[in-house]
Amino acid sequence: MTIQQASFSPYDNNGGTCVAVAGADYCVIAADTRMSTGYNVLTRDYSKIRQLADKSVLASSGFQADVRALQKVLEARHLTYQHQHNKQMSCPAMAQLLSNTLYYKRFFPYYAFNVLAGLDQEGKGCVFTYDAVGSYERTGYSAQGSGSTLIMPFLDNQLKSPSPLLLPAQDAVTPLSESEAVDLVKTCFASATERDIYTGDKLEILVLNAQGIRREYMELRKD
Amino acid sequence: MDGPPKGGFSFDLCRRNEMLVKKGLKGPSFLKTGTTIVGLVFKDGVILGADTRATEGPIVADKNCEKIHYIAPNIYCCGAGTAADTEAVTDMVSSQLTLHRYHTRRESRVVTALTLLKSHLFSYQGYVSAALVLGGVDVTGPHLHTIYPHGSTDTLPFATMGSGSLAAMAVFESKYREGLTEEEGVKLVAEAIRSGIFNDLGSGSNVDICVLTKSGKKYLRNYEMPNPRTYVSEKGYSFTKKTEVLMTKITPLREKVEVIEGGDAMEE
Repeated sequence: MTIQQASFSPYDNNGGTCVAVAGADYCVIAADTRMSTGYNVLTRDYSKIRQLADKSVLASSGFQADVRALQKVLEARHLTYQHQHNKQMSCPAMAQLLSNTLYYKRFFPYYAFNVLAGLDQEGKGCVFTYDAVGSYERTGYSAQGSGSTLIMPFLDNQLKSPSPLLLPAQDAVTPLSESEAVDLVKTCFASATERDIYTGDKLEILVLNAQGIRREYMELRKD
Repeated sequence: MDGPPKGGFSFDLCRRNEMLVKKGLKGPSFLKTGTTIVGLVFKDGVILGADTRATEGPIVADKNCEKIHYIAPNIYCCGAGTAADTEAVTDMVSSQLTLHRYHTRRESRVVTALTLLKSHLFSYQGYVSAALVLGGVDVTGPHLHTIYPHGSTDTLPFATMGSGSLAAMAVFESKYREGLTEEEGVKLVAEAIRSGIFNDLGSGSNVDICVLTKSGKKYLRNYEMPNPRTYVSEKGYSFTKKTEVLMTKITPLREKVEVIEGGDAMEE
């Protein structure tokens, strides 16, 4: 039997890397701004980071069309939440919502690799890391996307976290100061850009703390 | 008729490997130089250019590799494709030309290199994946050629190859003209390579250039370095934790044993 129709692939990979680090009273979340397909650069200035609520921020790599659709769903759900409860959603609540939203499409997934970060109800930094179908975990730090295989071992070496199986449960936040964490994230991206062709152009960093949100940028290699 | 082995590659295991791949085995990957290489003819010679990134899938394997290969004192060749193939094929031809020069006592010609390269590549039906830009100046003047992995060749005034060939050709098509000076030519080649470096993810790092004229060659290794590291932490990072020594035990070597010759041990 000969092929009767051209095959259609609903997914693409637009590359990019996301990193988040949680501290005792702050949270750093960062992603590069390159969007690419194959060997082509689509744009050098595309933000992978989106603020979903006052104290929760989502960074996503993978297929950016799916990521955008996912962001719109979460924004719509957060809007109804505000109408019903007259308050902003907390970061752990947003984390559960994201998991449910991803699993809802278990058999036609969003091709999105997410890191959700922010501050919890006590003002402590929190990072939630996901797979494409909604499995998630609260951690002290995480990396997702094309450069994650280069960055994650470095973070493990520098910030090794206590096992989640320990009793009593240990605090997962990192012992670094805010400026040390930002410095660490910058180093991670500068290094990943050297060796990963899908990471580069510019780094966008968001810092959440009791004062609010701060955003900064750093140049990366453009080749 | 079975004769002595004649050299060349063995394809004995191709059928077995095809069967294993069908059963789900993953073959080994090769170092590909997802590359931008270019060349142009100017007023008194040929200029070749290349980027310096070598990749293995999405990972940069070498940030500063050499893609402009020596063929003869008056001939150089840029290589794109599988790194091992471009290296091997240019080395083989370079060696054959050296012997040919000793035999003839004459400078090598670019067409000779071209013919050796294309007949080798053609005999391997495209399985030796080398895409080349060959340039040189000989007794008949300056020459520039491209060679495809299947063995077809072109003779051109300006040429590009590799994954960044479209980005580089865009520059050449808009700015190349006949009778460029050396300075103008080098500037144009550098711009074409930079176009590949920045717009093609398979290409990156630095610009290498080689200028070939009647009077000799200029190999400008790392002519431009437009991609320095963007951030170095002030404090630096340490990796102090040593591997813990759990126990120490010394086993001395067995003492030397003298073997005494003589006596018919193998008797009976």
